[in-house]
Amino acid sequence: MFYRESGDFKKTYQKDSQTFPIKFDRMRYYFVLAVAFLVIPMFLTDYMANAVMIPFLVWAIAALGLNILVGYTGQLSLGTGGFMAVGAYATYKLMTAFPGMDMVSIILLSGLITAAVGALFGLPSLRIKGFYLAVATLASQFFLVWLLNKVPWFYNYSASGQISAPQREMFGVIITGPHATPVAAYIFCLVFAVGLAWLARNLTRGRLGRSWMAIRDMDIAAEIIGVNPLMAKLSAFAVSSFFIGIAGSLFFSVYLGAAEVTEAFGITVSFAVLFMVIIGGLGSIFGSFVGAAFMVLMPVLLKNVLVGGMGWPTDLAAHFEYIIVGGLIIIFLIVEPHGLAQMARVLKEKLRLWPFPH
Amino acid sequence: MSADFLYTIEVILNGLMAGVMYSLVALGFVLIFKASGIFNYAQGVMALFAALTLVGIQTGQIPFSHLINAIFGTNIHHFGWQVPTVLAIALTVGVMVVFAIIVERYILHHLVNQEPIILFMATIGLAYFMEGFGDIMWGSDIKTLDVGLPSGGSRWLEDYTLGWAAEGEQYYGMYLDKLDMVASLVAIVLVVSLTIFSQYTTTGRALRAVADDHQAALSVGISLRTIWVIVWSIAGFVALVAGIMWGAKSGVQFSLSLIALKALPVLMLGGFTSIPGAIVGGLIIGVGEKLFEYAIGPMIGGATENWFAYVLALMFLVFRPQGLFGEKIIERV
Amino acid sequence: MNEPLQKMEAASKLLELKNIDLSFGGVKAISNISFDVLEGEVRAIIGPNGAGKSSMLNVINGFYHPQQGEIWFDGKQRHSMKPYQIAYQGIARTFQNIALFKGMSVLDNIMTGRFTHMHKNVLWQALWKGPAEKEEIENREFVEHIIDFLEIQAIRKTPVGRLPYGLQKRVELGRALAAQPKMLLLDEPMAGMNVEEKEDMCRFILDVNDTFGTTIVLIEHDMGVVMDIADRVVVLDYGRKIGDGTPDVVRNDQTVIDAYLGVSH
Repeated sequence: MFYRESGDFKKTYQKDSQTFPIKFDRMRYYFVLAVAFLVIPMFLTDYMANAVMIPFLVWAIAALGLNILVGYTGQLSLGTGGFMAVGAYATYKLMTAFPGMDMVSIILLSGLITAAVGALFGLPSLRIKGFYLAVATLASQFFLVWLLNKVPWFYNYSASGQISAPQREMFGVIITGPHATPVAAYIFCLVFAVGLAWLARNLTRGRLGRSWMAIRDMDIAAEIIGVNPLMAKLSAFAVSSFFIGIAGSLFFSVYLGAAEVTEAFGITVSFAVLFMVIIGGLGSIFGSFVGAAFMVLMPVLLKNVLVGGMGWPTDLAAHFEYIIVGGLIIIFLIVEPHGLAQMARVLKEKLRLWPFPH
Repeated sequence: MSADFLYTIEVILNGLMAGVMYSLVALGFVLIFKASGIFNYAQGVMALFAALTLVGIQTGQIPFSHLINAIFGTNIHHFGWQVPTVLAIALTVGVMVVFAIIVERYILHHLVNQEPIILFMATIGLAYFMEGFGDIMWGSDIKTLDVGLPSGGSRWLEDYTLGWAAEGEQYYGMYLDKLDMVASLVAIVLVVSLTIFSQYTTTGRALRAVADDHQAALSVGISLRTIWVIVWSIAGFVALVAGIMWGAKSGVQFSLSLIALKALPVLMLGGFTSIPGAIVGGLIIGVGEKLFEYAIGPMIGGATENWFAYVLALMFLVFRPQGLFGEKIIERV
Repeated sequence: MNEPLQKMEAASKLLELKNIDLSFGGVKAISNISFDVLEGEVRAIIGPNGAGKSSMLNVINGFYHPQQGEIWFDGKQRHSMKPYQIAYQGIARTFQNIALFKGMSVLDNIMTGRFTHMHKNVLWQALWKGPAEKEEIENREFVEHIIDFLEIQAIRKTPVGRLPYGLQKRVELGRALAAQPKMLLLDEPMAGMNVEEKEDMCRFILDVNDTFGTTIVLIEHDMGVVMDIADRVVVLDYGRKIGDGTPDVVRNDQTVIDAYLGVSH
């Protein structure tokens, strides 16, 4: 009864194509933003920031990027880890080469560099489709990780092969490096997450987004309406890699602080982000956030319950994590192959009609 | 012959045998993909699980002992008996059949009409699940697999080829691992029997029918469910063989499941639907990988085996998107 | 009766196919076919199954490249073009088996038809507010006209996968119309429809031809429809042309009757 649309007719096409046509949704969105920017920082503990909020935002950005490629354009990619690594290493090189450059520019530049690399590795998608493409993207995953490991220039010839983020400030607040406060890091990532979500929404609702979805649904028909498959696929790879590169950049500079490429950006990362996208919902921006939240919260919850609560040894809890993630993925795919976002949509539909059943 | 030439031959032979080992894993993929259109990412983990089960049964391990100990505070680990190898293998095959039945009933059955990517995702979920499950059931410490297979280099071959190098060159004889040679033989026997099975038996024919067209197979009375259980059981058996070979080589541990990743370039090359393709693809990848590392690896820092197989397969695919033997994807407008 | 002749005298050739040969591997799908399509006319391609009609349309479309022959469109010869480039030239089409984008709504599907008419680049799109949104709204208005024309207002937000077959065909027509094409290729637009739906579809096709002057080439099996709405007909059989002319002429041609018509419908 409170979630009504009746009487709420749209008189202009502009109003009709809003992101949140229902007033309740719009209010809720602003409320969430207000809470995220104003309320949470006041109560944020170091643990919550480092274990939950910051990784959530970073992974959400990565999931957003992968969703553009897999969910909107239908190109299955298992190279996410490699591209995040490119973003991270680009950031490292930029930070060390240009100590005066501000972090926002560095991160955006890292994203652009990753976009270029992504477009390059996306070239095979013009000839190869489906699973074959997924396996081809594995080539980029393994090759990039190997390259960043082998060529010392990438890690400034350091003996350990590790890269670490030097300290940087933004408006007088330290964001990177060991002295950065979690709250500052959180806000920094939050700004990027919201900005990139807005960007993703705009791109997917317009001509470019339609060309992506056309390629996904039927690439032959897409050509008929004038979509150049080369441009559509490469742009999808480029934009997706832009997002993923930024995620990698933030992951390294703000979250981890230091990284070693084979540990931090291996194939498990590629699978993890893919799970986020599937569980959250393919082709849904909201779904990318939900999927990321799920994959971040679940291990934390499990650890607290099993190890903290029931006193199980950590390795046993880790094994259980695998079982539960695997099992949940299967259950999700059976019950709602379109992910949590679809479940939310269905729930919304029911809520619109409540208290009537249909 | 020069020592260099002999080394190159050795590299090639080792490459061929490594390739055969990859093909063993790739075979399982091909079987399942042919019969159900599913790309079974869990094939590697199935090999790991099969090997774990074999060792567990052989050494008389108590399943889930770690979990039981954590819940009940007990400290049990083994039954105390040893099971003879042949019986253990038979029991493990039985376990894999039960696995196939469960997978069919609880997963495949519910996902029948979904798109391939959904099915693929489900197998990834299955892989994760089986990974954790295997660890909880048998423990995640490294185990040695001993089924009586020979190991170590073939002394006979080394001695025999000792004098083949040209005058004045240092050569220690050709080193080929006995286990690798046995594995190659086993793989060839497996491939031949699978091919005979598929071509000449009724069940084999039914499998091929299902691989071609589910609807048509149903309409002539073939039970899809039964076929899928059979296929997954055979794939489970193939996984067991792969698990034994790889496990005997490097111990039964988590990294065994990663060989599935190595099988992927093999499949890309050979096509997802061809049994001979899995072999040929495996051989090409095996030799290519080893030769590249031997010839060019030292110049660019080594460890190229991490990615070379993929790049090689990728280049093949660009010119022939369906692989060497795969079915050409024809899209009718 | 004089209408088609009058039309023919005044109009120029929009499409001209000269000596087209098309083979797949060893199979010759089209052998030495030549015909033209006049601007503003409704041209039907008929023939038994497997005669090469869809292949012909695919050649016009750019999906298949003929081994031999020339294709002239709008006065210019076409040299090996990709299908998406041909879309920019002003050719739109529908498919026998419906090639709609199943993941999108009716509105979005028809909006995709406006692809060649939208020009604001990616940076404006990323910003959304401003020129990109304005362009989007303008095109939305145009698409709404088409939705009105095809009488599918009620289902504009429905995902096309959920629509019955007849409505999907209408949506596909809408998408083709959205491109404001010079020439519209329709591959069996009436297939699988009942009498009422066929009449609706005929009405739409004739309306499009009358109102917008769009040239129409259609493949159709229903002889009644063909005789009613087509200005001229091409008859194919086993990849060869066996008839070309007005419906009356073709209907009485003995070769055509032997090959195809047999009993009158």
